[in-house]
Amino acid sequence: MSDVILEATSLVKHFGGSDSWFGKTPKVQAVDGVSLRVRRGETFAIVGESGCGKSTLARLLMRLLEPTSGAVMFEGKEVSSVSGDALKTLRRDMQFIFQDPFSSLNPRMSVGKLVGEPLEVHAPDMSAQHRRDKVAELLRKVGLRPEHAGRYPHEFSGGQRQRIGIARALASGPKLIIGDEPVSALDVSVQAQVINLMGDLSRDLGLTLVIIAHDLGVIRHMSDRVAVMYLGRIVEMGRTEEVFANPRHPYTQALLASIPSMDESDAARRPVVLGEMPSPSNPPSGCRFHTRCPHAQERCKEESPTLGSYEDGVACHFWETLAIDTPLPIPSPRSDATQARFELYRAATEGGTVTHKKPQPETATKQHREDHL
Amino acid sequence: MITKAHSSEYPADTLLSVENLTLRFRGQSNDVVDDVSLRVRRGEVLCVVGESGCGKSVTAMALMGLLPVGSTRISSGLLKIEGESLCLVDTVVPATLRGNRIAMIFQEPMTSLNPSFTIGNQIAEAVLQHRGGSKAAACERSLEMLARVGIASPEKRLSEYPHQLSGGMRQRVMIAMALANDPQILIADEPTTALDVTIQAQILNLIRDLRDETGMGTIMITHDLGVVAEIADTVAVMYGGQVVEQGPAADIFADPQHPYTIGLMSSMPRLDRPGGRLSIVPGTVPTIAAMPKGCRFRTRCAFANEICGTRPSLCDVTPLHSVACHHAPLEAHIEVAV
Repeated sequence: MSDVILEATSLVKHFGGSDSWFGKTPKVQAVDGVSLRVRRGETFAIVGESGCGKSTLARLLMRLLEPTSGAVMFEGKEVSSVSGDALKTLRRDMQFIFQDPFSSLNPRMSVGKLVGEPLEVHAPDMSAQHRRDKVAELLRKVGLRPEHAGRYPHEFSGGQRQRIGIARALASGPKLIIGDEPVSALDVSVQAQVINLMGDLSRDLGLTLVIIAHDLGVIRHMSDRVAVMYLGRIVEMGRTEEVFANPRHPYTQALLASIPSMDESDAARRPVVLGEMPSPSNPPSGCRFHTRCPHAQERCKEESPTLGSYEDGVACHFWETLAIDTPLPIPSPRSDATQARFELYRAATEGGTVTHKKPQPETATKQHREDHL
Repeated sequence: MITKAHSSEYPADTLLSVENLTLRFRGQSNDVVDDVSLRVRRGEVLCVVGESGCGKSVTAMALMGLLPVGSTRISSGLLKIEGESLCLVDTVVPATLRGNRIAMIFQEPMTSLNPSFTIGNQIAEAVLQHRGGSKAAACERSLEMLARVGIASPEKRLSEYPHQLSGGMRQRVMIAMALANDPQILIADEPTTALDVTIQAQILNLIRDLRDETGMGTIMITHDLGVVAEIADTVAVMYGGQVVEQGPAADIFADPQHPYTIGLMSSMPRLDRPGGRLSIVPGTVPTIAAMPKGCRFRTRCAFANEICGTRPSLCDVTPLHSVACHHAPLEAHIEVAV
């Protein structure tokens, strides 16, 4: 499937910079010239540190914000020019999942009402009974029970609330869902449940997903292609596998090297990025990463490198000549017993039948300690 | 093979230990922290790991004496710090310990600094409170600490306010403040959770460097197994207010025994084994009131049977590595037909 569902061209969004009573407000260049293409049916990820403009970009793609300049095309139609019924259709086809399941659901609406609301808007002719059935079906689809429809958001845990948010996004039958950090507020075990759910849904319903995240593990697991953002610009874009196996931009390399890994605790090998991200209201000249880049040269301060592509590329003057160390940790092999244990766990949680062997002689002597330490 | 633990083995370089800590909140029918024993040696990082609601932070707060006295009941618990013992039942942890010999840093560097005082003022306050001496000396100490935690141009930063600093710098200031009185134990409650990965790596490096320099013991509370692998010497996995598995970090990662530990490790999206579905830990942590009797994990455990209605105690896998599960090691006791 190679047809393009969403395309952004030279998107720019600046905040502030206007005269107010208190003098001129600083101009923040949140997104500064982003071009990308998302293909139908794929999962596209946008990754970067806080303040890099990834959430602003997501909102621009959805037209929750108006761009300062540039254009977004959804299925070949200009997003920023539509209004009226066309805008309503657009909203039906593109849905958003928010990061915080605690503040994105109206506490005074029941779950049935929350999930049914998009149906009221987009399918006003639907009968009340039909709508209730549809809500029940949606709730089942995201792993909740139909009888949950009468309850209120505060009665649910974080993971369940995120499921409600997903059901709500699915209600209008969208083609594209944009998730802004959809799992980062959740505990790791619940996060895995929601990641599995989103993977299943995108496959079963043929959805296109755009996932914004800062967790590289989540991105590696979920996405087909990834764009790495730094200070309002995409510095590297490509197939997730290739970007992770062979990062070309020094920033991508640094990001990957900063991830704490479960397999290797040799900390000395880690080239840590120095310093912190400069303020987007006063970004560095030239390549915006040059203030933190270990390979920066004179040219980087003056000339801004470009990505030069909508789908694959790296915005660095020198990436071809940089020595690339593969920062991905090599997994340490598990012992047979440990591997067997992980496989048992997987089989059991995926519905295998568990049988308990008869106690063996050695465990009969197993004693519990009566004191501690 | 599981054998009885030897409780007499008590390494001489133990800096801090807490034994059999049990506490509940007023009006609750279940213990929030149930019979937890932890030990930190000199220069060692102990990571307490688990999901939200498993009692990690409450344990740390109890060690610091930061729980509200009126609404908490500690029914047992003995804190030993360098051989001195303090029974935690119905006592207030004295200020000679708290902030002086045991220091703590918190998750949110944004909210744990006072926005209306300068950085220098806040560090100096901690010094004056515990060490006395002149204000000039305290300011001198603040400057020294800021430089030590790697803050550029510390003279300038001394007179700045928290809002002028970034999240990573604020966490550095918190660390400077915590270490200003040369504590023997640093308790860090999710110190990097609110930070970006590149800044997280910097802060973990800083904690490691300071540990090497001072030999302090560190108790780090985290839910991120990556952070644990990165920094921990020993690990305690908590679930529902109980320690379900503990031991050297290398053993926990190479040879996890408890189904909860295995579940946590399987549910992490991996960089090196991508694709497919993640194994999960079904459901969520029950509330304290709804905790099952016996093994508290049994409501979410795929291997639970009737024996799990009685509480498993911590049994040794190796002399240093122990696990609280009736079915450990799984491969010897369980068969799964798919």
